[in-house]
Amino acid sequence: MGRLHAEEMVLNMGPQHPSTHGVLRLKLRTDGEIVSHIEPVIGYLHRSFEKHAENLEYQMVTPFTGRCDYLAAMGSEHGYAMAVEKLMGIELPERVEYLRVIFAELQRIASHLVAVGTFGLDVGAITPFIYCFRERELILDLFEMASGARLLYNFMWIGGLAHDVPPGFVEKTYEFLDAFEKNVAEYNQILTGNKIFIERTADIGVMTPEVAINYGVTGPPLRASGVNIDIRRTQPYSIYDRFEFDVPLGEGLQGTVGDSWDRYWVRVREMEESAKIVRQALDQLPVEGDVQSAIPKRIRPPQGEIYFRSENPRGELGYYIVSNGKNVPVRVKMRSPAFSNLSVINEIGQGFMISDVIAILGSLDIVLGEIDR
Amino acid sequence: MTAQEIYTKLSGKFGDRILEFMEEGTQNPTIHIKPQGSLPIFEYLKSEETLQMDSLMNLAGHDPEAESDLVVIYHLHSTELDHYITLKTFTSRETPKVDSVATLYRTADWHEREAYDLFGIIFEGHPDLKRILMEEDWEGYPLRKDYVPAEFYRGMRIEKEK
Repeated sequence: MGRLHAEEMVLNMGPQHPSTHGVLRLKLRTDGEIVSHIEPVIGYLHRSFEKHAENLEYQMVTPFTGRCDYLAAMGSEHGYAMAVEKLMGIELPERVEYLRVIFAELQRIASHLVAVGTFGLDVGAITPFIYCFRERELILDLFEMASGARLLYNFMWIGGLAHDVPPGFVEKTYEFLDAFEKNVAEYNQILTGNKIFIERTADIGVMTPEVAINYGVTGPPLRASGVNIDIRRTQPYSIYDRFEFDVPLGEGLQGTVGDSWDRYWVRVREMEESAKIVRQALDQLPVEGDVQSAIPKRIRPPQGEIYFRSENPRGELGYYIVSNGKNVPVRVKMRSPAFSNLSVINEIGQGFMISDVIAILGSLDIVLGEIDR
Repeated sequence: MTAQEIYTKLSGKFGDRILEFMEEGTQNPTIHIKPQGSLPIFEYLKSEETLQMDSLMNLAGHDPEAESDLVVIYHLHSTELDHYITLKTFTSRETPKVDSVATLYRTADWHEREAYDLFGIIFEGHPDLKRILMEEDWEGYPLRKDYVPAEFYRGMRIEKEK
């Protein structure tokens, strides 16, 4: 018998692959079933958002931001609106601030539900996905009630909101929270403690704090590595300093701190914290107030520039905006969280099996729309 | 440490490679630096005990107007000491060359590729500088203010904006 030759093989995962959460191609260099190098190839969903933004008036950019991170459109709009408002020095009515926080946090729950559900799907658990989408539908119903749209809202305008919420919205949101807080226990029952799920995710793709910070990883993946950075807490924007909430961190309960299971678990607990924030915001919501009173007639920020960051469901969403005093921005750069979060995959995925790469990718929770912009 | 103190510290250490300090006209206090020989400045910012700028939040290319120099902006944050600084460097339109910080901050790897892709800024010392969002064989740098799209791309007509 001749000697057995083990050669490295290049395997393309994607661009059309059900587990890549969009149009992403991963070029894997494999040695047998062990992955020795991962090169993500992105750009398939590039829609030149930044180029468009340079040719549109400020308020016309808002709908485009929602189309970047389509699973968290409220969060993207919120960040953009706040950046321009800060550039112009606009003070918002209390009611607007509270409503925005309510929508941003509901969006965080909706986005994490997709993340958790599809992560389960990636590693072979189909039922939790259905449960998660059941809950997400209820949130989308609330969004539809307020803005008329279920996915892309164009709701947070610069200086205010597109509409005030309709009568009955507050009650329905309370109803949702009551139901949701009970249902989280269900996910824990069917997924969190599930032996197969733990086997597939614990100790897989461990990310150390140093690697996470160096690669610009933010959001739940960063906190799963035990780094206590949540922009809502460390650099509070809007009115986040008024609410009580915990920042869940990875503790390595099933394996090592910063493994895929921790990234999942941080999201589950963040949903509970977001529900807490929504409840507090609903309790304190001022009854009076015109949500459009602070919307400027002409949006012409003074000459200058700003880098403004906010905590999106996926991490730090930054907008770098340059104004020359006209009604069209000179430059809008979106620092998208998933862009940096994806770039770490080669570092944490080496040495694992091909099937583990899918688990790691699922645990990073990427949205290709905002990676490619 | 305040931005002013960081500026004083840097100019004491690096002299004429640190150009000026800007607080007017920006929400983030900014230090202008020279494009060549900037890597040691970042190494110092990251390793010096009183600075510890370990997180590069954002790296953006920028083209203010059609005739101007190209700009690279770095937004830095220290997760340990919780202070911020923005650095800015200008490079000529004809030969846009800037030191790469990708070996220091791994996040800069993709951000620099993006700035190269959309503005044509060459980051010297980058491990793998190639296009990231556009196709490899795309002509021109789309976010430059004087960019004119080609008429055809692989035999397909590119529609002009009206």
